[in-house]
Amino acid sequence: MGFSPHLAERRFGYGASPEIAPPASVAAMLDNLRGEDVMARQFPIPGFRPLQDASIVKRRFDSFARKETTSSEQAAEARKKSDAIVHDFIRQRLRSFGQIQLRRIYGSDTFRERLVVFWADHFTAQGKAAMLKQAVPAYVEEAVRPHVTGRFADLLTACVIHPVMLEYLDQTTSIGPGSKRGQRKGNRRGLNENLARELLELHTLGVGSSYGQDDVRQMAELLTGMSRTRDYTFVFRKGWAEPGRETVLGKTYSDRKDMTPIRDALNDLAMHPDTARHLATKLAVHFVADTPPEELVARLTAAYLDSGGELMAFYEALLNDPLAWEMPATNMRPPLEYISTALRALAVPPDRIQALKPKETRRWFLGPLRIMGQDWLVPSGPDGWPEADGAWATPQGIAARLEWAMTVPSRLLGELPEPAEFLRSTVGPDAPEQLKFATAAAETRAVGIGLVLVSPALQRR
Amino acid sequence: MTKKLSRRQLLTRATAIGCSLAASPLWTPMTFAQAPWDTRLVVIILRGGMDGLDVVRPMGDPAFAALRPGLKSDGALDLDGYFALHPALAGLMPLWRQQELSFVHAVSTPYRDKRSHFDGQDLLEAGTAELGDGTRDGWLNRLLQQMPGVARDTAYAIGTTPLPVLEGTAPVSNWAPEANLKISPQAMRLAAMVMEEDPALHAALAEAEMLAETEMDGKGGRAHHQIARYAASRLRGDARVAAFSLGGWDTHRVQHRVLPRSLGTLQDSILALKDGLGADVWGKTAILAMTEFGRTARENGAGGTDHGTGGLAILAGGAIKGGRVSTRWPGLAEVDLYERRDLMPTGDVRATAAWMLRGITGVNKDTLEASVFPGLDMGSDPGLLG
Repeated sequence: MGFSPHLAERRFGYGASPEIAPPASVAAMLDNLRGEDVMARQFPIPGFRPLQDASIVKRRFDSFARKETTSSEQAAEARKKSDAIVHDFIRQRLRSFGQIQLRRIYGSDTFRERLVVFWADHFTAQGKAAMLKQAVPAYVEEAVRPHVTGRFADLLTACVIHPVMLEYLDQTTSIGPGSKRGQRKGNRRGLNENLARELLELHTLGVGSSYGQDDVRQMAELLTGMSRTRDYTFVFRKGWAEPGRETVLGKTYSDRKDMTPIRDALNDLAMHPDTARHLATKLAVHFVADTPPEELVARLTAAYLDSGGELMAFYEALLNDPLAWEMPATNMRPPLEYISTALRALAVPPDRIQALKPKETRRWFLGPLRIMGQDWLVPSGPDGWPEADGAWATPQGIAARLEWAMTVPSRLLGELPEPAEFLRSTVGPDAPEQLKFATAAAETRAVGIGLVLVSPALQRR
Repeated sequence: MTKKLSRRQLLTRATAIGCSLAASPLWTPMTFAQAPWDTRLVVIILRGGMDGLDVVRPMGDPAFAALRPGLKSDGALDLDGYFALHPALAGLMPLWRQQELSFVHAVSTPYRDKRSHFDGQDLLEAGTAELGDGTRDGWLNRLLQQMPGVARDTAYAIGTTPLPVLEGTAPVSNWAPEANLKISPQAMRLAAMVMEEDPALHAALAEAEMLAETEMDGKGGRAHHQIARYAASRLRGDARVAAFSLGGWDTHRVQHRVLPRSLGTLQDSILALKDGLGADVWGKTAILAMTEFGRTARENGAGGTDHGTGGLAILAGGAIKGGRVSTRWPGLAEVDLYERRDLMPTGDVRATAAWMLRGITGVNKDTLEASVFPGLDMGSDPGLLG
């Protein structure tokens, strides 16, 4: 079995939609990717700049409130204004949740949406402070999304130098011990290896590959100087950079007056054979199976290296590989993808999603996602969400999916579709007999729809 | 399927499937596991940075009163003539008198200076000396990795807040009482039928049904009640470890109003555990409540306290040696404070946890210092357990 429109939607997208036609061929899927990013235009998500501007204003209110000379009423007023700024961006983040869903519900290019999720997870970053916590959708929009069809080196660089990543992996506190800043009297800060280690272990070469602690150390020294300004703009601080040359994986990089040696090192890491293999394996695990066939991984690795690190070469090799279509659908959809699949199947209208109140977004989506095991935007570490199917097929996770599937759709839609029709439009005419029977035997429409949504056909891809 | 089954036949079949699940090898092996040790451990992560100085107040320290003129100090309950307990924990005084409650004061993780909740909690749960060393699992999971006989139901991570302290390669059960399956039994049967073709989903659903049923007596109540009751129900059986989180400790403002609420939640949780466990199991239970850092020694301008360093660990249960405040008290004079602002930590809270694990499971000291809390010097036995 090779390409089929239904499997294309199921395995590489968010399942079938009753309104959007599936791609007709592999060529069409690739053309979509090469073409304009229609969904980003149709359902925009703001970038990082507004948040940077607002955080400056917020800081002014905060420091005013703390000043000795500020009266307690003035301080209370200033704190209220500072809180209001944070709340604005919390609402903004919740609106982004809806926009992200709409791209998945109405896209005819849902492979792109899946790739954005895949790479955003590969480059997991989170904000720790109040404002930066709201910045993750903007980070993904700016650092990840524009680069998912370009060169991996560009994607890598954009993510690694983004202020959200620099904060998340403590690069902003890393100071070369021999640098001007490091030599200053009373300096207590030193080198922080966090970003350097994750860059080698997670972002490029992969755990257990050909690097040692010494490479981590030298990489950390090489990365010193990368920092941010008070308004979260990237800046290279020469005075923080460890002087001298650094050798990583046998290659020596010159003393740093600017970012050039760091960019060179990132380019070299991107083209390392271990990186190619690491990325190929992750891609195959994500899109095909937890234990992907070795031939598939080998072919993907070769395609990447032959193309000079073009991500499109990866996707072409993947979609043109018969194994990508022949393997049985065993991968569990993670909770957020699961919910998006349900929303696409239900074709929830844009105005309904955009009218969601913050409370509704929390109650109907973010709360259930937590119970399903995927607190939105908050994976427990820089290694992102687990891929192993067993991580999601847990009693708690399945109970929460069932509860969601039977209760939330009826709150989103005035009238639920007729269950038998819904079954045909989502699972297709080859639905298992038991599913057909159960759907027909349901006491209510809500239960009938819920049963289709919890069927393995929608939970796995 | 050649012959179409009638609706009644299929439902009957589905019911039969539902019953036979109870004997399905897919989800029952856990219930046959031999519990590897007998004493129960409950770890409560207090998220937000609990103000140890307000919870167990050093009334005997001459500098204390002046540091916190605005925090209401009325009604503190004397513990040992030097320390006094926050009045919101009055309900725990009977435990103190029965030597089932103790405190370890002026302790912290090795986390210093940045005072971020995020990093502080990560380090508390990783149990390592520093962040960013590539450690991906939590210390409680690493303990389980070291112990023979650990099964899926040996340890439970309870609630919807992720618990990195229990994450790792050792098998752990997760359950949030909020996932309480309010759907009708008939819909449940049909769902089981729909998932029948997929053994893993089917088994997970069956186990969920069982877990939801054991949620038992007096359903509902606030989340922390449900969590404590659920923990107790598991620990009465084969479970030996349960962990959950309580939030609400980040008391930057009006602490005299905010902190009592959080303390009330903690007190309720401990009492609900005691009640749910029954006298016998409570007698062999040790509870450890710990937080990512303490708070500033001085109150701030908003009637609260800010992120600090040295903090407090709370121990409770019939298995602990209670009725005392263990500490190498650093003093609160300005020169004795950490960076002239925070309670100086004089002990590593990981050592408190490590000695409890040693007493509960018998795991040896070398393993604790090398694998569970890499690089920790446990020091001498503080005799935390009874």
